[in-house]
Amino acid sequence: MNNPAVICHKVDKTFQQGELAVHALSGVDLEIASGGFVCLSGPSGSGKTTLLNMIGGLDRPSGGEITVADLRIDRMRMSELAELRLHHIGFVFQAYNLIPVLNARENVEFVMQLQGVAAAKRHALAMDILEEVGLKGMEERRPGELSGGQQQRVAVARAIVSKPALILADEPTANLDSATAEKLMQQMRDLNTHIGTTFVISTHDKLVMSYAKRLIKLHDGKIVDDIAQQ
Amino acid sequence: MTNTTTLLAWRNIWRHPRRTLLTIAAMVFADVLLIFMLGLQLGQYRMMIDNSLAIFTGQMQVQADGYNDEPYMYRTIPAADALAEDIRARTQLEAVATRGYGFALVSSETRTLGAQISGVDPQFEPRVSTLPGLIKQGRYLDGKADNEIVIGSTLARNLRIEPGDELTILGSGRDGSMAATVTPVVGIYESGNRDMDRMMLSMPLDTFRDVFSMGDTAHSIVIGGERERADRIATGAQAALADKDSLVLLDWETLMPGLKQAIQADFTSAWFMYAVLIILVAFGMLNTMLMSVLERTHEFGILLALGVGHGKLGRMIVTESAVLATTGMLIGILIGAVVVGYYLVNGFTYPGMEAMGERFNIPSVLRPEVSLRSLLPGPLAVFLATMLASLYPILHMRKLRPTEALQAV
Ligand SMILES: Nc1ncnc2c1ncn2[C@@H]1O[C@H](COP(=O)(O)OP(=O)(O)OP(=O)(O)O)[C@@H](O)[C@H]1O
Ligand SMILES: [Mg+2]
Repeated sequence: MNNPAVICHKVDKTFQQGELAVHALSGVDLEIASGGFVCLSGPSGSGKTTLLNMIGGLDRPSGGEITVADLRIDRMRMSELAELRLHHIGFVFQAYNLIPVLNARENVEFVMQLQGVAAAKRHALAMDILEEVGLKGMEERRPGELSGGQQQRVAVARAIVSKPALILADEPTANLDSATAEKLMQQMRDLNTHIGTTFVISTHDKLVMSYAKRLIKLHDGKIVDDIAQQ
Repeated sequence: MTNTTTLLAWRNIWRHPRRTLLTIAAMVFADVLLIFMLGLQLGQYRMMIDNSLAIFTGQMQVQADGYNDEPYMYRTIPAADALAEDIRARTQLEAVATRGYGFALVSSETRTLGAQISGVDPQFEPRVSTLPGLIKQGRYLDGKADNEIVIGSTLARNLRIEPGDELTILGSGRDGSMAATVTPVVGIYESGNRDMDRMMLSMPLDTFRDVFSMGDTAHSIVIGGERERADRIATGAQAALADKDSLVLLDWETLMPGLKQAIQADFTSAWFMYAVLIILVAFGMLNTMLMSVLERTHEFGILLALGVGHGKLGRMIVTESAVLATTGMLIGILIGAVVVGYYLVNGFTYPGMEAMGERFNIPSVLRPEVSLRSLLPGPLAVFLATMLASLYPILHMRKLRPTEALQAV
């Protein structure tokens, strides 16, 4: 079958806070199959965000190896990482995901524009996906004119529209009511089922966890539990 | 591809319209000020040159080779009047006058002083020199009488003479013989030029030639005319000198090296002031750009996470600065041109200028120069300085790590 989407091998991350060394991740070994739908849970400060950042190439591990899309990203240069993110990885953060000076449609089109997708095509794709996430009629609104949940849906639309192989979401439902959260999760799972997009989602939210095919628990920067769900 | 950054840059510029407009306004103000000051300064230099040359020197002169450096009396122009006539014909310019210069002791009843004597052609001299119009007592040489002189005001005071008095002139002629005459003073001039008022007196060229044994020679042929036409006039004059190896045509910069140096020195000190103004504007721009970059740190984090490279972010910021700087420059040049254009038409004057102008027979209003060299250097310097200033935020941004940026709010 396919190679794993993500491989972490003995990944360490230490933050220096003055005199103090904070071990955000210590010896994380993890393999995520392509097409996986993985949830990272764990108490605040357990290292969820740090791990997602490492996998997404937003930060470098202090030790260990990380392979994404068969590439050793811990060895890649900043510009190469940016290219990788542009073409293979979609991000959804907890909040303030959008570029404030661009409207919803432009935010969704932004990545496609960077990828060089023709204007007419990306316009059509953006309109479709916004309709799909329930934002029809709000395409021309700036982020400031959208509610937190609506903004979050635009962010998800932007992450999924160019169909990246891997989507990393850091507490995507933290600011959403449960109905909105549920809808968002369904959309993500549809994408996972139909296209095989790999999802890694960090969360405190039981609802999100219930969608996961695999639930990984972190504590003090270590994996303490790894459960497969149906 | 680049559209993405261009669009973002454009939107970002209008994110804080007031800040953007204030920044542009500062640039425009500096541009207009620089254009106005530089235009006025260049206009003033032009006037200075024109006035200095108009008093006595003319735009250019024909002399015997070497006379300008070492004015020996024997370094003369042979058949000078014929040559002057030839130059008039070739240049189609009436403002061509023949002169002789000598040095002599002049005595009044009570005093004796050294003085520079110039022999001038009363018919053509008023066309190359404003001195005839600067007589403040008596009259200028009228060409009717051979034996008369006009004299500088300081010299007249030092000799204690007035129009109607006689002066005894004693010197040596071109051939080394003794030159002596007694001449009545018919007028006293005040040129405003210290040396000329203190040292010089003028007599008709024919008399000068008799007294100083000059024959039909002269020491210089002064050519006037407008400075804008100087090149064409010089070509004509040069043609008249084609077969005369011992004669040279000298431009005003050679004739009055001090004037050019004075202008250059003044210009250098003015640039220092301009530089300060430009640096101030650049710091304003630096501040604007730095603020707009710092407040967008989180946004840059998102852009980096989406796969926008640092290079592209840098280009976006450069685009923002470039749009601001270019807009400021264009508006600045436009308004600057209108302002100096207005003063070019209406003249610029400050208190006291009119009185001075009347006294020294010079224009009483200043007209700024409106040209590429007055309109462009200031705005271009402001443009370059602001672009340079925007490099600092880019350097700051280059070191930004995505996670760090995302944590910023
Ligand atoms: N830039 C940083 N500098 C210093 N320490 C950091 C930094 N980022 C994270 N940490 C520390 O690393 C540890 C893991 O942080 P991380 O943000 O990954 O936790 P988390 O599981 O995402 O928590 P939360 O559920 O609150 O989002 C924490 O102890 C945190 O204080
Ligand atoms: Mg976190």
